[in-house]
Amino acid sequence: MELIKGYIHSTESFGTVDGPGIRFVVFMQGCPMRCKYCHNPDTWEMNTGKEVTVQQLLDEYDGCREFYKNGGITVTGGEPLMQTDFVTELFEEAKRRDIHTCLDTSGITFNPENTQKLDRLIQSTDLVMLDIKHIDAAQHKELTGHDNSDILAFARYLAENNVPMWIRHVVVPDITTDEKYLYQLGRFIGRLRSVKALDVLPYHDMGAEKYKKLGIAYPLEGTVPATDEQAKSAKEAIMRGIRDVRAKK
Amino acid sequence: MSWFEEEWRNFVPGKWSNNGINVRDFIQRNYTLYEGDESFLTGATDATKKLWAQVMELSEKERAAGGVLDMDTKIVSTVTSHGAGYLDKQLEKIVGFQTDKPFKRSLQPFGGIRMAQAACNEYGYEVDDDVVKIFTEYRKTHNQGVFDAYTPEMRLARRSAIITGLPDAYGRGRIIGDYRRVALYGVDMLIEDKKQQLETAPARMTAENIQLREELSDQIKALHDLKKLGEIYGFDISKPAKNAQEAIQWLYLGYLAAVKEQNGAAMSLGRTSTFVDIYIQRDLDAGVITEEQAQEYIDHFIMKLRLVKFARTPEYNELFSGDPTWVTESIGGVNIDGKPLVTKTSFRYLHTLDNLGPAPEPNLTVLWSVNLPQKFKEYCAKMSIRTSSIQYENDDLMRVTHGDDYAIACCVSSMRVGKEMQFFGARANLAKCLLYAINGGVDERLKIQVAPKYRAVEGDYLDYDDVMEKYDLMMNWLAELYVNTLNVIHYMHDKYSYEKLQMALHDREVKRYFATGIAGLSVVADSLSAIKYAKVKCIRDEDGIVVDYEVEGDFPKYGNNDDRVDSIAVDIVETFMEKIKRHHTYRHSVPTMSILTITSNVVYGKKTGNTPDGRKMGIPLAPGANPMHGRDTHGAAASLSSVAKLPFKHAQDGISNTFSIVPDALGKAGLSMLEELDFDLGMSEEELKKAAADVQ
Repeated sequence: MELIKGYIHSTESFGTVDGPGIRFVVFMQGCPMRCKYCHNPDTWEMNTGKEVTVQQLLDEYDGCREFYKNGGITVTGGEPLMQTDFVTELFEEAKRRDIHTCLDTSGITFNPENTQKLDRLIQSTDLVMLDIKHIDAAQHKELTGHDNSDILAFARYLAENNVPMWIRHVVVPDITTDEKYLYQLGRFIGRLRSVKALDVLPYHDMGAEKYKKLGIAYPLEGTVPATDEQAKSAKEAIMRGIRDVRAKK
Repeated sequence: MSWFEEEWRNFVPGKWSNNGINVRDFIQRNYTLYEGDESFLTGATDATKKLWAQVMELSEKERAAGGVLDMDTKIVSTVTSHGAGYLDKQLEKIVGFQTDKPFKRSLQPFGGIRMAQAACNEYGYEVDDDVVKIFTEYRKTHNQGVFDAYTPEMRLARRSAIITGLPDAYGRGRIIGDYRRVALYGVDMLIEDKKQQLETAPARMTAENIQLREELSDQIKALHDLKKLGEIYGFDISKPAKNAQEAIQWLYLGYLAAVKEQNGAAMSLGRTSTFVDIYIQRDLDAGVITEEQAQEYIDHFIMKLRLVKFARTPEYNELFSGDPTWVTESIGGVNIDGKPLVTKTSFRYLHTLDNLGPAPEPNLTVLWSVNLPQKFKEYCAKMSIRTSSIQYENDDLMRVTHGDDYAIACCVSSMRVGKEMQFFGARANLAKCLLYAINGGVDERLKIQVAPKYRAVEGDYLDYDDVMEKYDLMMNWLAELYVNTLNVIHYMHDKYSYEKLQMALHDREVKRYFATGIAGLSVVADSLSAIKYAKVKCIRDEDGIVVDYEVEGDFPKYGNNDDRVDSIAVDIVETFMEKIKRHHTYRHSVPTMSILTITSNVVYGKKTGNTPDGRKMGIPLAPGANPMHGRDTHGAAASLSSVAKLPFKHAQDGISNTFSIVPDALGKAGLSMLEELDFDLGMSEEELKKAAADVQ
């Protein structure tokens, strides 16, 4: 193995919501996005955090591997694709050890003109969890500070390459509850052949405390957490879009 | 042995029917493995609902009355002391209470008359003068015996709480009678067996042999009393049970006799569900009962177990965080050939949590193995999420030493039913012991010399090698004192409060465990880690006693799967167990150790001063082998992996880990799998590809 170092924020030995089974979760440090509802603002800053090698992470994984028989390793963040080389090395070594690999990304770093590094990474990636924050370009920019065109292109790239993916969507009251957009999102997802699952999450404000600690103003101050019902009806709207596009309506 | 035509009809004979008492053999030859799901279960019957409503009403009254509804202050509880008691005789399928009515607590002074008086006084009752006189002037109690023999050092160690929770004023408990024997064989055959044991007992009159003969005679008397208890409720239990209802009733009468005789710290039930299932299955197959009836028997049985009550003092309840009876029932597990011991009645027992609602008692304990049937595992998980009322124990670990007919006493102590028992030993506070090592035996709270006056640490900063050397010496002292204190206690308990009924439901040659315990393991591990990897500065009071610590820098903390500190915890467990083993133990008992304070860690924390890991006086010690609260920062798997490193071999009485998790953190239930939807929509792979091609 080469000795590339990665910057991580932390690890979690018992991840149960970050892919199939119980998983070892690596939180990478650094993210270009500034999503208003981000609950990990402490992972934004680049080139800081804890410096680790692939070997160190896999040693940590090994220490608890009994737990991961039906799970594997998930890399999230932060934005893992800010450190693609490191993640690639980690996944390639993981695959050599027959460990299931999952990449949780926003897709923001995708460049359709230059996919060379990604072409290699997806060879050792068993599953991508892709967070589509908003289907509308302007709204997306408002919510995250970035355009969504590269993200959607990334989703299509994964589908073309038949990389299994789970789509995640966070329901924020008044921001992502518009049924029109949800339906449109569903129609988009419906055309991605390698999508295996849809996960619609209600927004929670448990991240607010961290902002306070970091001395950053909480952008969603005053926004109430989404209810399970809101999440449920959002999911239904998305599912309608998926069904319609697949039934060729 | 003669064959009971009616009672044993359709049973497969074997060693159990030809060669003496052998419940395990009976189970192995006759049980029906169930690998299906819970869909066969039925809800509470009207009778069950009515009875349970009555119980809830009485519970409410009991709470309103300050925790106790009624107490017997006159009649000393024995197996036959009271007449029959009922909730509603017409509705109850399984009957029997400790006194002549439900919720009336019995008077049990054999452990100690002062404790019995204190329990009564606390709730506004007064023990009858004659009873007090009898148990002070004429009949010595266990408690009196112990204090007659204690050394001043033992009294002091008790007071300073370096040794805590000792069963020297109350019943030791942790003994499980094999109550199944009553149902399978009937009491007459058990009496015959005991008589033969007495006849063949050695007649060379050493103290040991005299004790054995006296105990066997007491056991025979207890069995005669048990028959009388049956008669009080209108049953002839001299013969084996004929059907499922009788089997549960006989078994329960055996247990009831035990709780009438003993107010033990843990009065566990054993491993009865698969045994009972054999009777239920026989009746179901014969078409004489329905599933509703089967569940009703179980519901009424469990209801009785929930109503076991003792008269206890507030201090006792504080130590155990409530008023626990530890009616532990062990469910499931796998036999030594790898075949699961799960039956439909394993489900029926757990199903009482639905029919009667969740409750801490009886302490339903699943003996977990990777080889348990998948559907049973799923049902357990479901019930855990719904009720938080199930305890889990590692069958794959315990089966190796205990075979496949062991049960759990209290929370973690495993023993072969009817073949092994234990001398419950509470626990030594190893965190406090570390403070004694630092202060040369002076108690940091009482400011008096408790342990020998060894050399205290000098200088401003703690040195790892220096502290370890002193700690090792101090543990020598503690282990010896602890073992000797327990020797006194169990000698006296056997003498003045012998569990004759429970021991009558054991073999003659019983393996006895000498069950020591430790508290404060994670505090010790973290403290030593702080001394080793960070800098720990001593803060002394005006007399030079170290009363506080300042930790400079960070250090590895137990609970993060970090070998640097986990290895310290492992070392401490091995070292202290080795020291325990060096000493003589009462009645050839085999020393074991537990790491299991589930509730008393709160009280121990109050009595343990500031520790070098930065923990402040009064902060609870972590329960059992848990990491200190909030110090495990790498998630549950890492935390559990640290605990899993502790060697069971050196802590055979059990290692506990209290684990709380919100159901949402256990995984997702709301994830829509599109693969399934594709099927619904009838979209072919071809169509999907096409759809993918026209992505916007």
